[in-house]
Amino acid sequence: MIREFGTGDIVYLVFAARWTLALTALAFTGGAMVGLVLAVMRISSFAPLRVAASIYIQIVQGTPLLVWLFLFYFGLSIAGLPVNAWTAAAFAYSIYGGAFLGEIWRGALIAVAPTQWEAGASLGLSYIQQMRHIIMPQAVRIATPPTIGFLVQLIKNTSLAATIGFVELTREGQLTSASTYKPFAVYITVACIYFLICFPLTQWSRRLEERFNVAR
Amino acid sequence: MKYGLQFRDVFAAWEFLLEGLAVTLVLSVCTMVLGFFLGLACACAKTYGGSRARQAVTVYIETIRNTPLLVQIFLLYFGLPSLGLRLEGFDAALIALVINLGAYSTEIIRAGLEAIPKSQIEAGQALGLTPWQIFRYVIVFPALKAMYPALSSQFILLMLATSVVSQISVQDLFHVGSIIQSRTFRDFEVYTVIGAIYLALAFLMRGVFAVIYRQVFAR
Repeated sequence: MIREFGTGDIVYLVFAARWTLALTALAFTGGAMVGLVLAVMRISSFAPLRVAASIYIQIVQGTPLLVWLFLFYFGLSIAGLPVNAWTAAAFAYSIYGGAFLGEIWRGALIAVAPTQWEAGASLGLSYIQQMRHIIMPQAVRIATPPTIGFLVQLIKNTSLAATIGFVELTREGQLTSASTYKPFAVYITVACIYFLICFPLTQWSRRLEERFNVAR
Repeated sequence: MKYGLQFRDVFAAWEFLLEGLAVTLVLSVCTMVLGFFLGLACACAKTYGGSRARQAVTVYIETIRNTPLLVQIFLLYFGLPSLGLRLEGFDAALIALVINLGAYSTEIIRAGLEAIPKSQIEAGQALGLTPWQIFRYVIVFPALKAMYPALSSQFILLMLATSVVSQISVQDLFHVGSIIQSRTFRDFEVYTVIGAIYLALAFLMRGVFAVIYRQVFAR
């Protein structure tokens, strides 16, 4: 039965955005863990670690996210795990986000002057202490604007999870469009909701970047 | 039960895979060319244009950059027919990709244009160059060199992003993959092969871009 596209549908779509946000949170957490390890590996003095991290990043940045989603969606059953869109998405987005965050954070870590490491060493701090008390606080400041920029990228890319049947904003849009037969109104609404989530973050990232450039 | 990977059925469909690869390539190259010129036009409007033009470009960029490509493609392919404009899958995909890349390349090209110091332009004027000569030799060439790395990685990201058009049944590499999957049920193997082809393509593009850079700029 075809029904009208009304306020109820709009409210429904707005609520579907919570799954987009939940997936983003999951993807960012997973990606941050992988990315942190990669960034530290990339600046390691031990060459095999650097090479391994670099190969990982080259491969992930050279393949479409869609391929990772499908690989995990179908690969889970081969590994003997139950096929589930949440698990597949969690793996795929962690792998994908890790590669990009790893590169961003590596850039931030090497942007901190090498003399800062040496200063830490001359104070008798261990590697972990130098990292924790001297390098990280400075690197975080440098990394924040591009990290928020990537977060926006991630929010938009969660729409691809719709293709493996993960019901988030875009998938809900597809379902609403199929039942109301008003694709234009539905997808404009969906686009507006994404815009309302992403635009403030984009602006925030830009302001932080400007402030940081002034401070330097 | 142990699962054994079998690639035979996937490789048997190599001709079909090539067809998909051709569509992906055509779509990527067309988008790069058209998207670059759209970006160049918008960047010029934003750098040298009046306030009205600048505002229009800003609205365009922010709208595109803050919404997903998939939704933009759905809007063109599924949404426009209800306004009376029906597009073929390939056309809708191409238009959506060009509009999308145009927005991203505008920002990159604008940064390149703004990297040219005003004194360089004045030096060109002092040498008696015509405005066109100044635009070509003093602004575009050095700006292109400055924006080249960012622009080429954006192009590679775009090539990977074309896989999204499979969702409106354009027969690109990814869509061919899902057809082979539905015929052979070799899901994991199909997507491994597809992923490897995309990876090879990304490396190839990076190589070609590096060669072009050495030929054109490193002199």
